[in-house]
Amino acid sequence: MLQINDLHASVDGTPILKGITLTVNAGEVHAVMGPNGSGKSTLAQVLAGHPAYEITGGSVIYKGRDLLEMAPEARAQQGVFLAFQYPVEIPGVTNAYFLRAAYNEIRKAKGLPEVDPMEFLDLVEDKLKLVEMDASMMSRSVNAGFSGGEKKRNEILQMAVLEPTLSILDETDSGLDIDALRIVAGGVNALKRPDNAAIVVTHYQRLLNYIVPDYVHVLAGGRIIKSGDKSLALELEARGYDWVLEAA
Amino acid sequence: MSASDHTAYASLATAAAGAAAPAPLAALRHAGAEAFARLGFPSTRSEDWHYTSVARIAEAALHPVASTGARLTAADIAPYTFDSAWPTIVFHNGEIVPGLSSLDLLPEGVRVMTLEQAATQAPELLTRYLGTAVTADRDGFSALNAAFAGTGTLMHVAAEMVSETPVHLLHVLDGAAAGGMVHPRHVMVVDRHAKAAVVESYVALADVEALTNTVTEVFVDDGATLTHTRIQREARSAYHVSTTEARQGRDSHFLQFTFQTGAALSRSNVYTVLGGPGCGTTLNGLYMLDGAQHGDHQTRVEHVAPDCFSREQYKGLLDDQSHGVFNGKVYVHPEAQKTDGKQTNHTLLLSDRAQIDTKPQLEIFADDVKCTHGATVGRIDATALFYLKSRGVGAVLAKQLLMYAFAADVLETMENEPIKRELERLTLERFTGVVHPHAS
Repeated sequence: MLQINDLHASVDGTPILKGITLTVNAGEVHAVMGPNGSGKSTLAQVLAGHPAYEITGGSVIYKGRDLLEMAPEARAQQGVFLAFQYPVEIPGVTNAYFLRAAYNEIRKAKGLPEVDPMEFLDLVEDKLKLVEMDASMMSRSVNAGFSGGEKKRNEILQMAVLEPTLSILDETDSGLDIDALRIVAGGVNALKRPDNAAIVVTHYQRLLNYIVPDYVHVLAGGRIIKSGDKSLALELEARGYDWVLEAA
Repeated sequence: MSASDHTAYASLATAAAGAAAPAPLAALRHAGAEAFARLGFPSTRSEDWHYTSVARIAEAALHPVASTGARLTAADIAPYTFDSAWPTIVFHNGEIVPGLSSLDLLPEGVRVMTLEQAATQAPELLTRYLGTAVTADRDGFSALNAAFAGTGTLMHVAAEMVSETPVHLLHVLDGAAAGGMVHPRHVMVVDRHAKAAVVESYVALADVEALTNTVTEVFVDDGATLTHTRIQREARSAYHVSTTEARQGRDSHFLQFTFQTGAALSRSNVYTVLGGPGCGTTLNGLYMLDGAQHGDHQTRVEHVAPDCFSREQYKGLLDDQSHGVFNGKVYVHPEAQKTDGKQTNHTLLLSDRAQIDTKPQLEIFADDVKCTHGATVGRIDATALFYLKSRGVGAVLAKQLLMYAFAADVLETMENEPIKRELERLTLERFTGVVHPHAS
């Protein structure tokens, strides 16, 4: 589904990603871990097409197409979804309107008819339950005045509605208490299917108690310095990052 | 702008003032002609007009629009009328069109008459109020308006009368107005504890060079509320100058909304005097300009009495090489203790060439007040734009949504629901192609 090959990216002329190579197949969950400043969030943002990053080398092939050539909205329409570390507040636009606009844009891209507001509300109803959100949240402005936990749940709600092929969760667990973490992880697990995949970027092993990865990668200095299975995450939790950094 | 530009207008003003008219109107016209001959057009040397040159208007040598007998049809104005239940008075190139007006819809206790009719039907009201809030000698434009006084209405809302249905004063210019000028003047008197709403709108059926120079005088008596909304959607080649001034009694509330999207050159003056204890003013504005449009917004909130509040929020969206001006003054007299004033101006620049000159000012002469003001100038938030795009929303729709979102909170302040919905619709119409973000 996704082949990242020797990817280099920089921001304002400073190299951040210095040769990432990673393959993600359908049905897999990959955890990307690493110390602060390792480039984890940059990788997530680059895959979603954030304009602040300049691609200086390498390639990313997604479903056989050159992902880096696609505009952010085209990537989303093709099934790429980034759950933001810091979801953006948009006062003045309701959650319901925003989510339906996004849903319909993606449907249009697939050649499907748009849904009207009533149909959309029916569709959202079940998804709201998944993340334990009240329907009243739909009539509030996007993320405006939401608590940290509400914002993250709103991200997972969007993911549930848009049904992406490739989900990238950028430190979705940071700043969450254990209840919110359980809800968010529960949502992600419920959305897992054999034909989709997820990249879970996290600083802590804690999230991986709830979302069990097939692969764990350690990112440091803009490179993947170690890969393994879920036991690697436990080892990192027990021993910290230093031993991997030294070994590399 | 030369002296001869003034002279041409001054001669027209003197001629207009000489025409036969009922006493209060004749007096106003004479005062206007005299004041214009003395003042002429405002110059950019004056602080109040520093960012706005009206040389184009002076040099255009405009003349009063002559009656052409051209017909205006219901179909012509259909796109500009709101709810069919709103009593509507239609002005066509400055002349009232009785056949398209619906004064029969006026609720009990609300009277609307032309200024000429008022001279016979309500002479005491006309004499008491005409030319008192906006005097003939306030500036060159108020003088010109006074000299040509004739077009316009007197609205009277009887004490205790409460109406949520707005009265719509619809002003239409068409091709016959080319090279012309019109000077509507409206007088609105809302008696004790009454509540009413008025919408003044200005639209064009043809893109012609013409000046609309309006004056609106507002009197909100003790405990009364008036919601006054101005919607300026003039033609791209038009000039639009307006002055609205309110006098407020004890515990009254004046809610004024200025919505400006049209005209090559526009200038809006909104002034209010909070003259009775416990009264309040809410002044809001939204300007959306593009191309080479120039829009100037001047407000003055004068706190004379104690325990009053004022809330002011002006927002602007400026694209291309448009130029916006905001000059807002809150003036607190020594007696106006416990004044609670808040004023903001926020502008979103959508292009590198768009410009805003913003000047919020507080002048406080009382020692126990709570007043704040502030101005910001920004651009579309790149992070928010990316957030929308990352959800599949295309670049154009994403930008329009953020523009609407920026404008939304100032629209939200509108308490009159029917007017709020119309302003939201007009805002969306300006950002073509967007459906309603409040619809679920």
